[in-house]
This record gives sequence, C-alpha cells and structure tokens, in this order.
Amino acid sequence: MRPSDGSLLTATDIERAFGARRALAGVSLVMQPGEAILLAGPNGAGKTTLLRCLAGLARPTRGTVNVNGRALRVGDAASRRHIGMVAHQTWLHDDLTLLENFSFAARLYDLPEPKRVATAALERAGLEARAGDLPPSLSRGMQQRAAIARALLHRPDILLLDEPFSGLDAAACARLRATIADIIAGGGGAIIVSHRPEEVWEVATRVVVLRAGRVALDTPKLGSAATVMGELPELTIG
Amino acid sequence: MVNPLRATLALAARDIRAELRSRTALTSALVFAALVLVVFNFARDPTRLGAADLAPSALWITFAFGAMTTLNRGFAIEKEHGALDLLRLAPMPREAIYGGKLLANLAFVFVVEAVALPLFVLFFNRPVWHILAPVLLVTALATIGFVAVGTLLSAMAVRTRFAELMLPLLLLPFMLPPVIGGVQVTARLFADRPLSEVSGWLRLLAVYDVVFVTVSVLIFPAVADE
Amino acid sequence: MIANRDRGLAIARRGQLIAALGLVLLAGVYVLAQRFTPTEVNQGLAQKIFYLHVPAAWTSLLVFSIVGITSALYLWLRDERLDLFAASSAEVGVVFSIIMLTTGPLWAKPIWGTWWQWDARLTLTLFLFFLFVGYLSLRAAVPDPGERARFSAVVAILGFLLVPFVHLSVYLFRTIHPMPVVLKPSAPSLPDSMLRTLLIAFAVDLVLYIGFVTARYGLGLVAHARAAELEARPDA
Repeated sequence: MRPSDGSLLTATDIERAFGARRALAGVSLVMQPGEAILLAGPNGAGKTTLLRCLAGLARPTRGTVNVNGRALRVGDAASRRHIGMVAHQTWLHDDLTLLENFSFAARLYDLPEPKRVATAALERAGLEARAGDLPPSLSRGMQQRAAIARALLHRPDILLLDEPFSGLDAAACARLRATIADIIAGGGGAIIVSHRPEEVWEVATRVVVLRAGRVALDTPKLGSAATVMGELPELTIG
Repeated sequence: MVNPLRATLALAARDIRAELRSRTALTSALVFAALVLVVFNFARDPTRLGAADLAPSALWITFAFGAMTTLNRGFAIEKEHGALDLLRLAPMPREAIYGGKLLANLAFVFVVEAVALPLFVLFFNRPVWHILAPVLLVTALATIGFVAVGTLLSAMAVRTRFAELMLPLLLLPFMLPPVIGGVQVTARLFADRPLSEVSGWLRLLAVYDVVFVTVSVLIFPAVADE
Repeated sequence: MIANRDRGLAIARRGQLIAALGLVLLAGVYVLAQRFTPTEVNQGLAQKIFYLHVPAAWTSLLVFSIVGITSALYLWLRDERLDLFAASSAEVGVVFSIIMLTTGPLWAKPIWGTWWQWDARLTLTLFLFFLFVGYLSLRAAVPDPGERARFSAVVAILGFLLVPFVHLSVYLFRTIHPMPVVLKPSAPSLPDSMLRTLLIAFAVDLVLYIGFVTARYGLGLVAHARAAELEARPDA
C-alpha cells in the first residue's frame, strides 16, 4: 500500500486560488513515517488552507495530494481512514452528549461496537465522568481534549492538528505531546500548526515555514526553537 | 468503504436524536402550524367564503411554511461547530450526507404535518377519514419534493449572511409545483371527486420528486466540497 | 483565471457598440410595429405591446436556459470564465424579465380588464423573475468567490430544471392566457406580417442581449484584473 518512496503523505505543487486570491501558490511537501512536522508562519500564510487540502476538506485548484500512495480526491473514502484531524472548531454537536458524539464518530468510521469504542476513547482522555454531559457544559479545555480524543478514535496514522494546544492546561499539553510521540513512534506522522513553537518543540522532528502561500523554510529540527525561529525573525511574527 | 446506506441512517438517527433533545425546531414549527390554522379560520368573511373553499389552501400553506421553519435548522447546527467538516473528513460519501439530512428533515416535516392534519380536521370540520389514504399519499409526494430541494438549498443558505431570508427566497419557486399540486388534489378529494381526476397531478408530483431527489443527490457534492 | 485589463476593456467596448446598435434597431422595431404592421382586429392598439412583451418573454427564457447550461458547464469544467458569463447573462436576463413582467399587465388591463391573472403563463414569467432574483441575491450574499460560483451554479441548474414543471402545470391548469399562437405544432395561426414583426423584434432582443452581456463580461474581466493587481501588491 505504501508507495515506492515509502511516504505517508505527499503533496505536490498545491495551489489554491480563485479569481485574484491565492491562498497557496505552489506548496510541495513529503511526509515520511515517524515525522512530526511543525507548520509555522505568519497569519494568512496559508497554514490552515494547506492543512485542509491535505485532509481532503478543500480541493486544490492545482496539484495533487497522495495519502499512502493513493491520490486523495475530495470525496474519496478509502484514504480517509488514515487521517485524523483537529481543527479550529471542535466539531462536537451541542445537542448530543459526549458519548453520543463519540459513538456517532465511531459509526462514521464503521468501527465495530461503536459505543464500546466511544467509552474507551473517553476513558483514555480522562473524560469518562462527563460522558453524559453536553459539550456546552464543558470548559474550553475539556472541549478541546474531547476534540482531540475524537480525532484519535479511529486510530489514524496521519494526524493533522490545527492549533491543538489552544485552551489546554500544562498536563493536557504534556499528554498531547506524548500521544503525538506514540503515533510517530508507531510509524505514523503528524503535522502540527502552531503559533507557539515551544509547545510542540519537544516532539517535532522537522520545521516547515509557510509565507504568503509558499514554503519559505523546510528543515529538520536542530537546536532550540529560539535558534531556528530566531534565524528568520519575520517568520515568528503572527 | 463505509456502507452508504448505513452511514445515511446513522446521520439521520443522530439528527433526530439531537432534535428530540432540544426540540427547538419542532416546537416552533408546531406552534406556527397551529397559529396559521387558527388565523385562517378567522381571516375570512364567513358569508362569502365557506370553510370548504379555504380548507385545502389553509392546509397546504400550513404544511409549506411549517416545513420552511424546520429546514434551516438542518445545516445551521452543523455550521455552528463545523460539524459538516467532520462528516466530510470521514469516509462518508457526500450522497450519504445529503441522504441523512434529507431523511431527518423529512421526519421532522412529517411530524409537523401529522399534527397539523388532525388540527385542521378539528378547526375546519372537514372529515378526512374516507379519503385518508389519498390525502396521505399526496402529502407525502409533495413533501418529498420540496424537502428534497429545501435540504439542498439550506446547505447553501446557511453559509450566507442572511440565512433566514435566503432560504425562503430561493425555495419559494420550487415549492409552487408541489403545493399547487397538493392543493388541487386535496380540493378535489374534499369535493369527493373520483381519483381518476387527480391522477395527472399525482403523476406530476411523482416525477417532480424523482427528478429533484436525483438531481439533489448528484449535485450535493458541488455544494459540500470546497 | 488570468484576466487582462486591456482585453477586458476591449471586449466591453465592443459589447457597448453592439448594445447601442441594438437600441437603434429597437427604435426601428417600434416604428415597424406601429406603422407597418396591421392592427389586430379584436384587441386594437393595445395589442402592439405584444411585440415588446413576447420577445422579452422568449429572451428571458432563452437567457435563463443559457445561465443554466453555462452553470452546468462550470461545475463540470471549473473554468471561472463560465461563471463570469453565467453571472453576466443573469444580470441582463433579469432586465428582460422585468420588461416582460411590466408589459404583461400593461397588455392585460385593456384586453382582460384586469392587471394580473394567476394563470400559468403569467405565473411562469413571475417564476423566471424570482429565479433570476434568487440567483443574483445568492451571489451577492456569498463572500467567497469559489463558493459563490458553485452555489449560484447549483441554483441555476435547479431553476432550469424547474421551468418544465411549471410549464407542465399549464396543461393541468385552466388558463385564460391566449392559447399559444406561434409555437403550435402546425403552422402558426398568426398572420405573416405580424409574425414577421414579432420575429424581427425577437432578433433585436437577441442583439441587445449579446451586446449587454459582452459589455458586462468585459467589465467583469476588468474587475478581476484590478483585484489581481491589488492582491499582488505587497501588504502596506
């Protein structure tokens, strides 16, 4: 199932433009198993757009995305099992309990015994006590933990995380970093968009910086966050 | 690959469960339906216009506007927390997303109609038992027609700035053939006309349903995918 | 889409010329209808509005079909130019449908004694107007250009499919609209001279449509070019 170069995810020349606006102007990226990529850049650089294209939520106007060697077309189902995503919004339905939300997510991925899987995921996230509660009654941090747990429900091997640390306390941050480390140790990969590199620096293996819809920097992580990001000061703004 | 039928039913079940918990759309639709019927009963000059003349129109206006008040809800909630993205990220065919929403919307509208019809019999004093089967048939056919288009349009309307205004504006032209058909058939049924007289309308409604459900299913990916 | 400002202006200018020609021809049609076409025996002078109303109706329907078909092509090919053309056509089409809606009652009042009748034919004209307005309102309400193009294309296609159903209702619904005098399977029952004026009026309407839509399309290209210029500028 893996392509000849063994890559998990390959994006080739991704462009996303309509009319005059060019959110992405030719981005190429190859992610190998075991990589955790920090995706940084100023506001409006196209980080969220790129993530959405990689997830198959947005269709690039040009270029292709391959997941495990298969072309990811918007609407193509098979590749999607491998992808787990945490976005800016929690994707939790307000009128359903956490357990119902998770059971539904399990059904979406055609997992056997959806309720059992959902309960197990809630336990792993330390949220089993709130299983019968509705999302609006949870704190922001708990909602974020729930969103992360739901993303991991179907055991994806490619994680696409958009500002996943926002709202989390120190313990939850550490747990998330550990989860990412587990996934990449198991041969998976992760792309994490973050405004604060220190949050994810420990587990990151590579840094990609986007600027105005293009890749401005793509380097293995060496040294401290301050060193790498300090070399290109304008890229730390935003 | 996820079984599309199972996915459709799971989505419909989720929406129905959510609505049963919050009951916002159903409650407002039911109250609205009752109000319309009451107003219709008083908003006529009884010496000039018999209840019989007004009855079919009153019934169908109740159905039509009751349906519209429930339709926007379908996608509005998804938008609030981006849950449509969750559906699109998952290995769920786009057609199944539309199908799930359609089934859930149909369930809600049928509930509103199921409550409005007895109220109508009560207020307008029109016995409906002897023609119940054809009345249910024409109601089902017409409802499927405008809910199919309404579900598709609400997916778009919810992403505009004036969603509550945009949906009726877009949907109204599409409601007219089903509602006209509904009124014509209902009027003839109430007048105890033979079924053969309404078969033409029923056929038109059926074709309308087939065409618009099919087209909506096929065209939904263009709406859902960026 | 790489839009070129000069090319857009050139196209717009050409369109304006054609439109101007069309307006001159329209004046000619007016003269033709008044002086050189016999007056209908039953309806009298009021019938002359026929030469304005019917071509406008046909043109609206034709333009609406064009919007529907170009929209379907857009969804298939995803060429932005198709979306721009559909939108331009809709803007021109709505004007024709307004003309149709205003001349209809002007004709109806002297003939039928009432401004409006809810018969199926006039209802269809009202439908087209609502569909155009719905299409244009939706475009105005969606900020993202890609979404705007996709959504309005969907509405256009649905609307296009709706029209036959409205038309089918004509035959299930009694109507007091004059029965189709031109588009009957056999030869039209309109005297040749009137038919000729009618068809000339329709041709002039087509010239007007082509002129205005070309002008609008050209201006749309200019707008795109301008927006691209602004995007390319470094952030101030």
